[in-house]
Amino acid sequence: MAETVLRLTNITKRFGPLVANDSISLELAAGEVIALLGENGAGKTTLMNILFGHYVADEGTVEAFGKLLPPGDPRAALDAGIGMVHQHFTLADNMTVLENIALGTQSPWSWKLDRSGARARIRKLSEDFGLAVDPDKTVAQLSVGERQRVEILKALYRNARILILDEPTAVLTPLETDALFATLKMLVAKGMSIIFISHKMHEVMAVSNRVMVLRGGKLVGGRETAGATRQELAALMVGQEVAFPPVEAVPRGEELFSLENVSTTPRAGGSALHNVSLSLYGGVITGLAGVSGNGQAALAALLSGTEKPLSGQIRIAGGEVSAWSPREALARGIARVPEDRHAVGSIGDMSVTENVISERYRSERFSRHGFMDWKAARAFAEELIRDYDVKCPSPDARIRLLSGGNMQKLILGRALDPDPVVILANQPTRGLDVGAVAYVHKKLLEARARGAAILLISEDLDEILSLSDEVRVIFKGRLSSPSQRGERSVQEIGELMAGHGIGEAA
Amino acid sequence: MIEAFDILLTASFWVAAIRIASPLIFATMGELICERAGVLNLGIEGIMVAGAFAGWITVYLGGDLWFGLVVAALAGAAFGLLHATLTVPLGLSQHVCGIGITLLATSLSYFTYRLVLPEVTSPPRIEPFQPLPIPGLSEIPVIGPALFNQTPLTYLAFITVALVAWVLYRTPLGLAVRAAGENPSAVEAQGISVTAIRMGSVIVGSALMAIGGAFLTMSAFNSFFFEMINGRGWICIALVVFGSWRPGKALLGAILFAAFDAYQVRLQQLTGGAVPYQLFLMMPFVLSILALVVMARRATYPKALMIPYQKGER
Repeated sequence: MAETVLRLTNITKRFGPLVANDSISLELAAGEVIALLGENGAGKTTLMNILFGHYVADEGTVEAFGKLLPPGDPRAALDAGIGMVHQHFTLADNMTVLENIALGTQSPWSWKLDRSGARARIRKLSEDFGLAVDPDKTVAQLSVGERQRVEILKALYRNARILILDEPTAVLTPLETDALFATLKMLVAKGMSIIFISHKMHEVMAVSNRVMVLRGGKLVGGRETAGATRQELAALMVGQEVAFPPVEAVPRGEELFSLENVSTTPRAGGSALHNVSLSLYGGVITGLAGVSGNGQAALAALLSGTEKPLSGQIRIAGGEVSAWSPREALARGIARVPEDRHAVGSIGDMSVTENVISERYRSERFSRHGFMDWKAARAFAEELIRDYDVKCPSPDARIRLLSGGNMQKLILGRALDPDPVVILANQPTRGLDVGAVAYVHKKLLEARARGAAILLISEDLDEILSLSDEVRVIFKGRLSSPSQRGERSVQEIGELMAGHGIGEAA
Repeated sequence: MIEAFDILLTASFWVAAIRIASPLIFATMGELICERAGVLNLGIEGIMVAGAFAGWITVYLGGDLWFGLVVAALAGAAFGLLHATLTVPLGLSQHVCGIGITLLATSLSYFTYRLVLPEVTSPPRIEPFQPLPIPGLSEIPVIGPALFNQTPLTYLAFITVALVAWVLYRTPLGLAVRAAGENPSAVEAQGISVTAIRMGSVIVGSALMAIGGAFLTMSAFNSFFFEMINGRGWICIALVVFGSWRPGKALLGAILFAAFDAYQVRLQQLTGGAVPYQLFLMMPFVLSILALVVMARRATYPKALMIPYQKGER
């Protein structure tokens, strides 16, 4: 029996009326990899934040290497040999890799930062663990995969012996994920103990020795990975069987929307499009795979009407489009499910009613002679709440109070209600739990059956592959050739996502 | 036209420019430290008033000049502590608190002035810091008197810039300060208290602002007047942006602005009333705005500036 390096005992954490962690106990042995599996909102991240001292637990204790950790003190956790790689990286973008790693490792009263010593140590760790990264680059210059390596180096630099990774693969390409898993294996071989947080079953099966399942803040089960089946774990995680809607064959319709050799103006925080041609057909879901920041935002903005092509042509139902604006896009029957439902998709402090009519408040249905018809608006909101099974106290509630899944249902309802011709679904299920994901998929498939053309942009490759009739991969603003359902393997798509095969000429 | 240009070659012009720049240098460094840690300090204008008053009244009441300077710094630090408490652990709006601090510090200074000197019509004078020529160096034509025949406080201003630059870029503490202004959660994740770093920065920065104010009553002039800070604090906020949050560039900005100011006074004398003097008064500000447009367009500001950080928030 290996030594127990970490012991959580009866951890309970409440946020107001919500119990995020309900009396959770957990033990981690030396050299072991535990996967913490659970849906979004199950309490995985909260638990790890308590362990690391970001949050203070209402009850319970954390012990590392036999010593009790003082609550709410990240420094104590670090000193005890715990390193954490957060889902949202805790890196200062405008500072160098070296500065980010050395931060907090030298006495604040020392008169000089020892850069050369830190550089040498980072180089050595990089070589020992195969985590190649240039210490003198600024973080802003690094790819997402490299940033994650910096996070792992931060922990290694402090001699961490327990490593916590919170959804580490969410932002990685399949190739980067493989590299990460290889690194983890090497770390474990050198005596590291790891807690790996995920909601993706195949990753859990691939890396862990033991799986602990969290649901609704409770630890609902633990299994040796070797003896567990995916079905068993999925049932534990969700609490019930979730039926995903079947994808039935639908005849391919007319070309409803197309881009011909479209390029866009360079933008901050993502690639512009270069000579992109894309056709969307009725009854077809076109899936766009790719690592985020490769031009998805520009493409989504084009469809939404918030961006105009620099060169090239937009056609709707074969006709050339001259004046292009968000209002024009809506008028032509393009529906949008925006990527960020909080920042773009809704106005948090306005009511559900106001939000659901925000795209159509000028229509005859909701206003007369410049005056709002609030009765009709409210009736529409009530209709959506009922039809889409939205859990919401009233149409007057501020939309920010709704959970992600309920907010997304409303946004989906707002987009689909006018029976749009073309649907842009940008990350439609990001951050939703399994039940809500299945619901969104069902609605998109219904729209497809009705003959709408759908562009599905997603970082979740499984989602793309299960829903799309046709897949395109985007890399640095260029599109791959289309492939039909089942034509390309996950590996082939992964290669394309990394840019192999999408050349300057293509 | 020749005469207008000749002004730039006189030693007295450069002496004045450096003297006018000195309080701006202190206060700009103070603001820069606060903003680098992620806290905007609009209390600067009032803290300069408080520093000017506290230093001067200490000396007037019999204190030593250097002791007066320490009192000024402590007064600044006290207002800094107030601003930091409101904006860092309590996470209140940095704009509103800063303006509040300016109003409070200004009024409190004027109020105390009236309490101490109820009957006085023209403010009493003190014996200010005297120029301290550096042997040898001060004999160099033009730049000698400008840089090496100033009061000790001016030398201190230049030393402060070097010190701030060293601490920010060469020490672990400076690294933590910069990181707190870029991404506080990175600081937290490395086991450092964001609250401690930000509060410390605001307190030290505010002390420097107060010293900047004290320069006016204890070195440039020898008395305290109402309205004597006259927007210098706001200029320093602009100078921080002008300098892209870098001490060296901010120093250049302060000297540039001061040079404009010294120049317009001399230009007024030259034209002798043919042109309305307000036009000249305006000049340094207009030129500053133009310089800001040129210099600050591509400035990368601290990413977490003005964003409160609350530990354990979700």
